[in-house]
Amino acid sequence: MSAVRTADADAAGRTSASSGSGGAVPVEPRRRRASGGDRVFAAVSHVILALWALVVILPLLWTVFSSFKDSRSILASPFSFPKTWNFDNFARAWTTAGIGRYFLNTVIVVGASLVLVMLLGAMCAYVLARYTFPGRTIIYYALIAGLTFPLFLAVVPLFFILKSMGLQGNYLGLILSYVGFALPFTVFFLYAFFRQLPDEIGEAAQIDGAGDFRTFFQVMLPMAKPGLVSITIFNFLGLWNQFLLPIVLNTDPDKYVLAQGLANMQAQQGYQTDWSAMFASVTITILPVLIVYVIFQRQLQGGVGPSTNK
Amino acid sequence: MVAVPTTAPTAEAPRSRGRRQRLTLERVVFFAMFLGLPLLVYVLFVVSPFVQAFYYSLTDWRGVSASQDFIGLKNYATLFADDNFRRALWHNAVLMVVLPLITITLAYALAVLVTIGGDSRGEVKGIRGASVYRVISFFPYVIPAVVIGILFAFIYAPGGGLLNGLLGLVGIDSQIAWLGDPRVAMAAIVVAVVWNMVGFYMVLFVAAIKAVPSEVIEAARLDGAGRLRLSVQVVLPMIRENISTALVYMGIMALDMFVFVNVMTPNGGTSKSTEVVSRYLYETAFQKSNFGLASAMGVVMALFTMIMAAIVLLSSRRRER
Repeated sequence: MSAVRTADADAAGRTSASSGSGGAVPVEPRRRRASGGDRVFAAVSHVILALWALVVILPLLWTVFSSFKDSRSILASPFSFPKTWNFDNFARAWTTAGIGRYFLNTVIVVGASLVLVMLLGAMCAYVLARYTFPGRTIIYYALIAGLTFPLFLAVVPLFFILKSMGLQGNYLGLILSYVGFALPFTVFFLYAFFRQLPDEIGEAAQIDGAGDFRTFFQVMLPMAKPGLVSITIFNFLGLWNQFLLPIVLNTDPDKYVLAQGLANMQAQQGYQTDWSAMFASVTITILPVLIVYVIFQRQLQGGVGPSTNK
Repeated sequence: MVAVPTTAPTAEAPRSRGRRQRLTLERVVFFAMFLGLPLLVYVLFVVSPFVQAFYYSLTDWRGVSASQDFIGLKNYATLFADDNFRRALWHNAVLMVVLPLITITLAYALAVLVTIGGDSRGEVKGIRGASVYRVISFFPYVIPAVVIGILFAFIYAPGGGLLNGLLGLVGIDSQIAWLGDPRVAMAAIVVAVVWNMVGFYMVLFVAAIKAVPSEVIEAARLDGAGRLRLSVQVVLPMIRENISTALVYMGIMALDMFVFVNVMTPNGGTSKSTEVVSRYLYETAFQKSNFGLASAMGVVMALFTMIMAAIVLLSSRRRER
């Protein structure tokens, strides 16, 4: 994602620069002449893109609106605006359905895993990228191999490993598993970042008397910040999404994470159809991340306005 | 999790300096912590489960350690004699072809519209409002797969669901239970996955297309290439590496599908119409406690994954030459 975003920013910079230099030149007559096919094509493109945007947004809007309705009107008139805005759906979802607790559990587990995996991943990637020692390449490839194995091959033995260590069914076991499985991805990308840092800086730090630890924490880590930020975001999405590990390893209903709690709620829908609380729960899960994404996107783009992005 | 490693690491080490190689106490502690700790976690929670899974697949283990006997390849024989497993494997194989194809094609088409849909004169321009389309298209990717499963289960609900409601608006009185009907259930799940993933790959391809030198595109235009030829014959080959990486990752996803199938059709669908190996494995292990057999399924899928990745990556590399 980082590569994507920086490329966007670059392109935005380039287009604004080019429109600054070339935009004032007689573009008008040319554009008029170019109309015909171009305009038709642009129109068709807009129609297709707008249709896709609609396909994306409609289900989301429907969810948000439904979360304010009562269960009966969700079924009876799925397309109407909510007549009364039932905020108690959210209260019911948060407390009775347990979404609040699941939310808290998720924040604890994902938060702790994120901090740990970024720290351990950065440490490991740094050593692999900037020190020479026997076995270095083997370790690197052994880590990368972890990216390709399917997770569900590992869950059965993992369950028993954690059980034998007394870590099954508690936060710590889940957190350490999250860290382990997010590690290859983290190391793979941070490795590239640490390699790009100029050698002179490490040398300068050493001449100034900084040891290995200080060089890493006070010099190298701050310099790898852009990489750390984007990998953190990716890891966050990955761990926030994680479903297989929690349903296998985290069997105590009090410790359920959001994904688990929601799936569980949905599985019981057949018996007690509280559609509105369900929709409210889904909304609670979707909206925060979506809002964070939109804000973040804006900061990077300098406005989502009609920029002529190349 | 989606990882998109596009570049292979460079093999050569940083120039080693004599001073750096000296072993001091600090350095020993440093290595023990910086390399030892992460590797400990990795070996304990990732490597050892994978290795054990291979061993378990050769036993009849049912969770009680006393009755763990080595039975060779018997589990594999059992698996391939099992109709449900064969059906699940077949579904995964079909998904492995269909899912990447639809997703990548759609994502690439949208990326092309956004990047080279603009004015065909002068500098290559994107369409107006490109970033709005891009931001919106990315939305589904930030939603957890479980939530997408639940959301689409609502959309497909026979009564009160969004899809049948929309069909009703245009005059089609549809009572189809999209996820209950074996003829359409799998397609319905595929649509949900495509909805989830297209935006991500679109954004990826947009970045890749922007990285194509504009001289190349302009030269092709001067040679009279239209937009279709431009996007298929000029741009596509230039971002081949991104495409093949995307194919591998969508393929890996198609071989998993656990979350979507488990949430949308909890028992593998009406008459197992949406059964996939990962869900069947989960059921075999954690509901039927047949851990040996479940591990064998995992091994089969791991081999499948590796073969698929090797084929895609090798074939794209060969064409490059």
